[in-house]
Amino acid sequence: MIEAEAGTGGESKEASPERAKRKRRRLKVAHPERCIGCLSCMFACSRINAGRASLDRSAIRVKTQGGLEGDFAVVICRACKDPPCVAACPRGALDKREDGRVVFKRDLCDGCGACADACLIRAISMDAEGKAIKCKHCGACVAFCPHGVLEMEEVEE
Amino acid sequence: MLRRVLYIDLDKKESFVEDRGDLFEEWLGGTGVATRLLLEECPQGTDPLSPEAPIIFGIGPLTALFPAMTKTVATFKSPLNGELGESYAGGRLAMAMRFAGHEAIVIRGAAESPCYISISDDEVKIKDATSIWGVPATVVGYILRDVETGVGRRSIIRIGPAGERLVRYAGVVVDTYRHFGRLGLGAVFGSKNLKALVVSGTEDVEVPDPKRYREIYNQLYKTAVKTDAMEKYHDIGTPINVNVLNQLNGLPTRNFQDSSFEAAEKISGEHLADNYLFRRVSCAHCPIGCIHIGMLKTSFSRHHEFEIRKISYDYELIYALGSNLGVSTPEGLMELIEACEGQGLDAISTGVVLGWATEAFDRGMITEDETLGIPLRWDGVDGYLEAIEKIVKAPNEFYSVLARGVEAASDRYGGKEFAMALGGNEVAGYHTGPAFILGLTVGVRHSHLDNAGYSIDQAAAKRALTPQEMVDAIIEEDDARGVYNSLIGCLFARGVYTPEKIVEALGSVGIERSVEDLEILGRKIFEEKYRFKVREGFDLKKARIPARFYETVSTVGMVDPETVETMMKIYRERRGWD
Repeated sequence: MIEAEAGTGGESKEASPERAKRKRRRLKVAHPERCIGCLSCMFACSRINAGRASLDRSAIRVKTQGGLEGDFAVVICRACKDPPCVAACPRGALDKREDGRVVFKRDLCDGCGACADACLIRAISMDAEGKAIKCKHCGACVAFCPHGVLEMEEVEE
Repeated sequence: MLRRVLYIDLDKKESFVEDRGDLFEEWLGGTGVATRLLLEECPQGTDPLSPEAPIIFGIGPLTALFPAMTKTVATFKSPLNGELGESYAGGRLAMAMRFAGHEAIVIRGAAESPCYISISDDEVKIKDATSIWGVPATVVGYILRDVETGVGRRSIIRIGPAGERLVRYAGVVVDTYRHFGRLGLGAVFGSKNLKALVVSGTEDVEVPDPKRYREIYNQLYKTAVKTDAMEKYHDIGTPINVNVLNQLNGLPTRNFQDSSFEAAEKISGEHLADNYLFRRVSCAHCPIGCIHIGMLKTSFSRHHEFEIRKISYDYELIYALGSNLGVSTPEGLMELIEACEGQGLDAISTGVVLGWATEAFDRGMITEDETLGIPLRWDGVDGYLEAIEKIVKAPNEFYSVLARGVEAASDRYGGKEFAMALGGNEVAGYHTGPAFILGLTVGVRHSHLDNAGYSIDQAAAKRALTPQEMVDAIIEEDDARGVYNSLIGCLFARGVYTPEKIVEALGSVGIERSVEDLEILGRKIFEEKYRFKVREGFDLKKARIPARFYETVSTVGMVDPETVETMMKIYRERRGWD
């Protein structure tokens, strides 16, 4: 849990040479079938990244398909190698770094929603202030999944 | 801070929101607030099924903020026992109310024709439900999911035919697998022509000090997930109790004629988990996942064609529709559970009513003339399935009396000594000893979860407790649960939320209370509930205890009526009622 929190909030720092050497990490839905639909991951994301209890401010989403009788689907950002969301953003609010990470600059976002439309997975949504909610692969949700559904993995470029 | 109460008037088809910060400030939320609203809204002596009788829902200050704070309380006047109606449900309703920004909902009046209520943030619509009237509770869910918004964060609660036809122990099904089961809220919905309620919202909850909030959250989450505080609920689940109580002579069998069941292993949590369990799910924001869903696979042709049904099972259902009816097969048990789920019946009351009827049939007090040719026999699943349908349809006097509960049935046909109700509510699945009997009799809603007397008995079986010690434990639980049910937490997580942790959690969201403050509040809430009960005619002195409790061996041996009388006397003294 502590590691997860420590991993947040560092997006504005320039990647140090040491950091650039390290492989990029991304969130992965390792065992979707183990999901119990508790939504702890969504609450973790909004609690840790937005400082409140919310479903709408979560960058990860657990969808029900046909109510609680159906299967759950976990929707996450895939951390694409060539991210369509970055290409779609007209204001440079989504910035792809050398190490492949995409950093969201909230102050540059004007809420046009082009990034959300560009993402076929629908992993980007807009918050109540009209700004994009973009997963930063911090792993907060992983730390609060009670069933091992989520994992962090290193990206092979 | 909580403050908003949404008032919906079905007569006028209107709604408005009122700021009731005063109410939440004094009574915290949850059952504290919902009890006060009931006292405000329900005129003395009201017919529980008349338009004047309100329905109230409430959530608490920790709802959606902490793990396992998942419950919504409903208060109403019970059409089953004519006094305090109070029931709790999990699922997603509490979260949906929180994000819709309505911390309590009051429903007044009655609609002229079938309707359902759709709440989306501040928008409230009363919509026509003519085409879904008569539809099973399970199916209503599929239908409304398609026409309503808020997928993934909404809650859909609805009644089945039992509620529409005013079966006095009809429940309300919440998000398919959870229920406002007890004391007949479903019939109150039915009396208002109200088929369903859909709630969703997009608000979020800001906390004054996110860092402090995260710290206490982490501690509570860790206790819930990484310690054994809630182990039993996420492994085998509540059905772990089947084998445990069976070995302790505490598993009511064949209408409490026995306290152990020869076929218990077949319907045990372990057997179900190994052979039928295929999934566990959670209420919103609970990491435990105690909802155990079994798969019932039935062949319907010789060509390997199967019906698959997904049935949620829990201990109380296994007792009521299993051991209490002598049902010895998991398949039979699951079919009975499904029948109650579709009709929207409370499983405990249904099982107890059928248990009484089977014994009365056995003794010749009722015959096939009354049952319309249906033989009611222990383990006779087909007969029970037909009887459940007839209880709802009420084709003759016998079934319409069964639909009024076991008190009414035994008033009409006799067999009071084995009519297993306390405080007019059919009893839960324990024959553990005097603390259970007393706890249910004095409890505010005559539910095993009022004060967990069954657990006190089990402690007494290991180390003898004096009547005084047992009464003190009951009172402590009665009062403490009034506070916990105001937050509103799931009682399965009560081990996680110690009084100190509750104070910390409240503090982290800006509500400063001390342990002593909460103790006083617990006592006050209990007294308010009794105020309503007494006002509506409940008299503890006249409480009836079925003789059967004293005829069947329990976990602590044979129960002596004198022990219960002594405990009752001490209880009254301790409460200052004499």
